[in-house]
Formats: sequence, structure tokens, C-alpha cells
Amino acid sequence: MAEAFQFELVSPERLLLSEQVIEVVVPGTEGYMTVLAHHAPLMATIKPGVVTVKTPDGKPDSYVVFGGFVDVTPEGCILLAESAVHVTDIKADELQNRIKDAKEDFEDATTREEKSRAEDLLGQLTTLQDAIKAA
Amino acid sequence: MPSLKDLRNRIASVKATQKITKAMQMVAAAKLRRAQEAAEAARPYSQRMAAVLANIASNVDGDDAPVLMSGTGKDDVHLLIVCTSERGLCGGFNSQIARLAREHTRRLLADGKTVKIITVGKKGADILRRDLGKLIIDHVNLREVKQVGFSNADEIGHKIIGLYNEGAFDVATLFYSEFKSVISQIPTAQQLIPASAIGDAEPETAGDAVYEYEPDPAAILGDLIPRNISVQVFRALLENAASEQGARMSAMDNATRNAGDMINKLTMSYNRQRQAQITKELIEIISGAEAL
Repeated sequence: MAEAFQFELVSPERLLLSEQVIEVVVPGTEGYMTVLAHHAPLMATIKPGVVTVKTPDGKPDSYVVFGGFVDVTPEGCILLAESAVHVTDIKADELQNRIKDAKEDFEDATTREEKSRAEDLLGQLTTLQDAIKAA
Repeated sequence: MPSLKDLRNRIASVKATQKITKAMQMVAAAKLRRAQEAAEAARPYSQRMAAVLANIASNVDGDDAPVLMSGTGKDDVHLLIVCTSERGLCGGFNSQIARLAREHTRRLLADGKTVKIITVGKKGADILRRDLGKLIIDHVNLREVKQVGFSNADEIGHKIIGLYNEGAFDVATLFYSEFKSVISQIPTAQQLIPASAIGDAEPETAGDAVYEYEPDPAAILGDLIPRNISVQVFRALLENAASEQGARMSAMDNATRNAGDMINKLTMSYNRQRQAQITKELIEIISGAEAL
């Protein structure tokens, strides 16, 4: 049995989740990563994606997050999401709106740096949409 | 001297007003509870944010720090973000915030600085427009917003950062009312840029282990600080929402009580006058009988 650690998922509006888990998969900017107990202290930004947590009774649970960052300390793992919802509560049109906004940003971007950033976001959002559709 | 009928009408109208203020007080009490819950729910995020920021700021050298944190090094142009309510009838709530902002502006102007103002909420804009109208560069309307969400704050945050990147100001200060209790709301000025409060929070220790960063600390900080500004604005808006309802509740409580006093006084003079009338009629009858 894997060891459990404290995991908290916080959005600016509320504390979504605070409990003991054995495994968390977070969408880091540079790729998905799994956090287990005694993970080395780490701080990373995250991209829009799906966070999967596994509780000690083996039940997996998923949340959709839109950007933010994760802080892993010896005491536990805190995920500060810009916006987070349970995967069953995500509304298709909300995601559509975000994709539309991202597209507009991409078209409005003037500098190359802005353009590539907008393109990244757009790519991440479309991937996320596909992932949710598949689920 | 008003006639008996006038008094009766007067009493009826004050009673009607009392009913309205009483209803408003109860509505404010219900809304206050909701606003307080929202403020409560948002607290973990800003606390964690402060801890994480303190943690990472201690790991980044001053030279790497993004300009949002270190400032432009100048102190010439000040941006004031004044958050007030969209609706009136809430006692001194809006005028207190406006007064604080106005005093701050006067002081800055006296020092020869340039001041720009962004108003959030209609009431504050109305008050400040009278004498500082030329300084107001933008207004954020939250009239249609029932419950402030993070997206509203984020919008304001982006606006501020956009202006900062254009070099439109050097120092940004946020004005709002802090919710202490139902009877006490404290107008507060908080400096947003350069972020001064970050260093105050106690950095959490990661033990002896070395922190890993992905990507590098400066990049994370660059991402974090703009977000922190939105979070601060969000917190201010929530505090403001709770303060507004608290102020309205006590203002309406006062009004209800005042209406009650007025009704008592009016009833007293109504009764007295009625009695005088009766006595007068009696005297007329008696003296009429005596004359016979």
C-alpha cells in the first residue's frame, strides 16, 4: 500500500479538495507528472489540463484546471489553480468560449512572443477538449 | 399646527418607510452572510499564494526579479484603483473610501506627482468625478455582476498590468474597505505595484532539500506576480462586497429605529391634539348649556 500525503486543490473562489491521497497527476507546463509521497520539493507552473488524484481506497477522481501552479513540499502538495472544476461539472460551452478567446488572442497578437504564447494556450486547450471528449 | 388628518397621513407614510428600511436591512443581512462566505472561501487561496510567493521570492535574486515586483525605480506617476459599491443607501461606506482616496490624491499632487485614477463601482466614480474628474482614466462597471467572481478581478488585474507594461504609471495603490464587523468597516489603501507585502510573509521551509523549479524560478515568478495582482484585487472586491452589505445593514437598522422614534413622537402629538379637540368640544357644549 502506497503512503498517503496531504493534497490541496485551491481555486481563487474556494478550496475544492483537501484530503489524504496516494497519488496526484498534474499537468505541468513541461509535461504531465505524477507526485507521490516524499516527492522532492518542487514548484512548477501548470497548463490547462486534467488533474487526477487517487485516494487511499484506490478511487481515482479528476478535476479540470485552467492554468496555475503547483507547490510540492515535504508536508504535502498544494495546487493553486486559476480556475478548477470537477470533471463531471465541466460545461462544454465554457471550454468552447475559452478556445474562442484563445483564438482571438492568437489573431490579435502582434509580437512574435505573444503569438507563440497564444498558440501554446490554444494548443493546450484543444488537447484538453479532446481529452475530455474521450473520457 | 398640522391638522389631525395631516398627522394621520404623516404617521402612515413614516410607517411605510419603516417597512421598506426594515426589508432592506433583512435583505442586506442575507446578502452579507453570502458575501462573508465568499470571502471566507477565497481566503485559503490568497494565504497559500502569499506563502508560495514568499518562498520563491527568497530564492530569486534581486536582479532576476520581474519589474512588477521591483518597480520601475521611479515614483512619479501614481495609479489609484478605487473600489466602491454600485448601489447607494449604505451609510458612509462609499464616502469613506472616496475620502481616503481623495486625501491620498491631494498629498501626492502636493508633492508634485502625477495621479491617475481607475474607479470600480459607480458610486465612487460619482463622488470622485466632482473634483477629481480630470484624473479618472478608466471606470470598471460591475453593475450587472451579482456575485463577484475571479474573472471580474482578473479583468481588472490585466488592465492594470497592461497599463504598467505601457509605462503608464510607477506605483499602483488599491483602495477598498476592509470588513472588520457589521458595524466597523475600515477604508484601506494597499500598495499593489511594486509588490511590497510579499516579503512580509514568513517563507515556509523546504527542509534541507533543494527546491526544484520547472521552469526556472524567474519564469515562475513572472507568471505568479501578475496572478497575485488579480488575487489581491479579487480579495479587495470580496472584502468590499461584505463591507458594503454590513454598512447597508447598520444604516438601514438606524433608519428603521429612527422611523420608530418618529412614529412615537407623531402618535404622541396626534393623541394630544385629539384630546385637545375633545376637551374643546366639551367646553363648548358645557358653556352652551350654562348660557341657557
